[in-house]
Amino acid sequence: MNQPISLTLAQKAGPKLTLGIGAVVLAILIILPLLHLLPADNSLQVSAYTLTLVGKILCYAIVALALDLVWGYAGLLSLGHGLFFALGGYAMGMYLMRESAGDGLPAFMVFLSWTELPWYWTGTQHFLWALCLVVLAPGLLALVFGFFAFRSRIKGVYFSIMTQALTFAGMLLFFRNETGFGGNNGFTNFRTILGFDITAQGTRTALFLAIVALLTCSLLLGWRLAKSKFGRVLTALRDAENRLMFCGYDPRGYKLFIWVLSAVLCGLAGALYVPLVGIINPSEMSPTNSIEAAVWVALGGRGSLIGPILGAGIVNGMKSWFTVAFPEYWLFALGALFIVVTLYLPKGVIGLLRKKGEQ
Amino acid sequence: MPTALLRLFPIFTLLLSLLAPHAQAGDAADFVAANPAKQATLLETWSAHPDAARLPLIEALQKGRLASDSNKAPFIQTDTGWQAAEGGDAQPASEPKKLPLNNRLRGLVGTAQASHQLLAKEPAVRLAAAQQLQKSAKPAQLQLLNARVASEDDDAVRDALSLALANLQLIDPDPAIRLAAVRLLGETGDPLARTRLETLLDPAVETDAGVRTAAETSLAQVKRRLLMGELLGQAFSGLSLGSILLLAALGLAITFGLLGVINMAHGEMLMLGAYSTYMVQILFQRFAPDALALYPLVALPVAFFVTAAIGMALERTVIRHLYGRPLETLLATWGISLILIQLVRVLFGAQNVEVANPAWLSGGVQVLPNLVLPYSRMVIIGFALFVVVLTWLLLNKTRLGLNVRAVTQNRNMAACCGVPTGRVDMLAFGLGSGIAGLGGVALSQIGNVGPDLGQSYIIDSFLVVVLGGVGQLAGSVMAAFGLGIANKILEPQIGAVLGKILILALIILFIQKRPQGLFALKGRVID
Repeated sequence: MNQPISLTLAQKAGPKLTLGIGAVVLAILIILPLLHLLPADNSLQVSAYTLTLVGKILCYAIVALALDLVWGYAGLLSLGHGLFFALGGYAMGMYLMRESAGDGLPAFMVFLSWTELPWYWTGTQHFLWALCLVVLAPGLLALVFGFFAFRSRIKGVYFSIMTQALTFAGMLLFFRNETGFGGNNGFTNFRTILGFDITAQGTRTALFLAIVALLTCSLLLGWRLAKSKFGRVLTALRDAENRLMFCGYDPRGYKLFIWVLSAVLCGLAGALYVPLVGIINPSEMSPTNSIEAAVWVALGGRGSLIGPILGAGIVNGMKSWFTVAFPEYWLFALGALFIVVTLYLPKGVIGLLRKKGEQ
Repeated sequence: MPTALLRLFPIFTLLLSLLAPHAQAGDAADFVAANPAKQATLLETWSAHPDAARLPLIEALQKGRLASDSNKAPFIQTDTGWQAAEGGDAQPASEPKKLPLNNRLRGLVGTAQASHQLLAKEPAVRLAAAQQLQKSAKPAQLQLLNARVASEDDDAVRDALSLALANLQLIDPDPAIRLAAVRLLGETGDPLARTRLETLLDPAVETDAGVRTAAETSLAQVKRRLLMGELLGQAFSGLSLGSILLLAALGLAITFGLLGVINMAHGEMLMLGAYSTYMVQILFQRFAPDALALYPLVALPVAFFVTAAIGMALERTVIRHLYGRPLETLLATWGISLILIQLVRVLFGAQNVEVANPAWLSGGVQVLPNLVLPYSRMVIIGFALFVVVLTWLLLNKTRLGLNVRAVTQNRNMAACCGVPTGRVDMLAFGLGSGIAGLGGVALSQIGNVGPDLGQSYIIDSFLVVVLGGVGQLAGSVMAAFGLGIANKILEPQIGAVLGKILILALIILFIQKRPQGLFALKGRVID
């Protein structure tokens, strides 16, 4: 079963059904923020809380999709994707902090009685440069790390552990006040983005639509990649790297490309997450967060692109319900989910649906 | 000259107090009757002119046992009741009230006690007193110290005393004496001597150029000794950290080598080991308080068997079904670790629990003035080495060890030769978890015991496994001590966080050269 599940699924169910469901979901996701624009007394109005929650989950879905590209297709389980997500978020946060501070220094620097901005804050008052940083910071880090890791053919659990150590080190670094990113409080108290009030209904709607657009684009991109020869080589690499090498392929370039692409997608998701949620702090880099992303993918079904998105939705939906209803038991539920999914659902929810379809 | 006047002042006040009506009553009565300022001068006078008969009074002061009744008559509290401080068998006229002492007076009492103890018969007491005086001697004690140095017959005590004297002589009006004192201070490695010598470098404080140059040389000597103490201290804490990493990583290396899976719940085995220690301690407190000091020794087997049993249960129920899928095993064991942490949180509370050191593990050896080696850490280093030796014997000299090595090298071939791989897996998993449990007992003696205990060690112990390679104990030992020492040496130079990041970068670079770690099993199998 080397072919990506989603492709088989699409072929089996016929393109019409898949496209139909996709179109309905997309339509709902576009209508949802528009309903937010209705006046507060209207019964159809979607509250800011709901919209933020759904937007947050969609950002996580992008991370899950990015993780699926490297884990599901190339067989590289990264336990450090939270680092790339947070780096993108911090890059956007720098711009937001500069914007709310005006000509002065961001509030936390004043508090530390710093007199000038550190060099790496140069230019962050420009939105375009911040966008470049959103791509460059996670991208370059992934490039350097990936280059060395793939050159010495680190894979399997070794690779997972190194990525986990990487995000752990990042977290420690960002916890320090001297690093210049607000220490353990991170960035918060944003006011405006591109001059618009960040808490206004219109801004939130636009941000939500941007997230939906990014998710759709990533999904389409993933689909194209998976269908292409590139995707087939990646799958082969996952299943038998040595045999692929004997066939004359050099796996390093393939791995590095998908790895950097995945990191950049995470960074973009982080960049949209921060203005929507209004805070970024180093706990986003904690190894726990990154490993949770792995269970989204595993629950949804690896190598299926759609599955991880479902998985992120299910786990985060459960989380927001549990932490309100039974906060004591959420970790039990999450732990059990890790075990049940790996033991009984090796192909995830998508695998279950596919079985149903065959019957 | 103001200093001379100051020096005369206590004697002056003493004379005054001799004229006062209570004076004949004796030292204790004087002290009780005086106000705090006078009490201070009294103490200073006593420090300069110790009298063996006064020692009980000063010791009572030091322990806060001096009291006075409504007639201002001094009494000393004994274990059975009150005794008149002036001797005799007078009874208190009313329930005596304890004398309050402020911080300054308490310091002076310490100094006075030390100078009285200089008269003691036992050299050890005199030595302790002399060392106390190195820190707290007052200029008024100059005469006393001079006399004691001349009459002291124990070499060690005399050396300590001459250092205490040298500290006082630094402000002597005679440059020759100052010079000798400065030279003498150069022989020590005491952090206090450094600050004292540093003030002498200022021409406004020290007018004599010769003394200043001597102070510079002495300062360099003291600094060199201090640096040595610091380096030794770092090396020791590195060894200590390394031995803990070793205890944490040893079991992990065994199971990783054998099954090719990483047990993310391994850190929780450390935590469970520490909580087992806590439980054993509670049981001892309740049922055998007399033998409480021995509880860590009992906790060792308990922790081993508790964690080994949990490890074997995990292997049987979860990990067994995930063979050949290392990444899924990683996720499943992470789930197990979440459940274990939350379980402990629900059972014992999210707060840290208190695990106390028994007396034989607290305290330490003073090797250099700025270097104390705690007993608990020394014991842990020894214990880690003991566990390594035991594991080595188990792996190399027993049937089980032979089987474990065989399965590690080639599972299918071992199975063909009749090795019961399933049972070997289970036992080895139990062994690995049990070793982590032993590590938990060790950790409980030097750090906080809380539900998150294991999380802080898990990444470091994985790095040990990655660096050391699998299947060879030597690799784990070298990697653990190497990482521990590197961590502790980098920490003061560039900070703990940057040190960790640098080490991570170095490991990534190292793996470029040796992808299989320091010591790799050689094989020709490729998938």
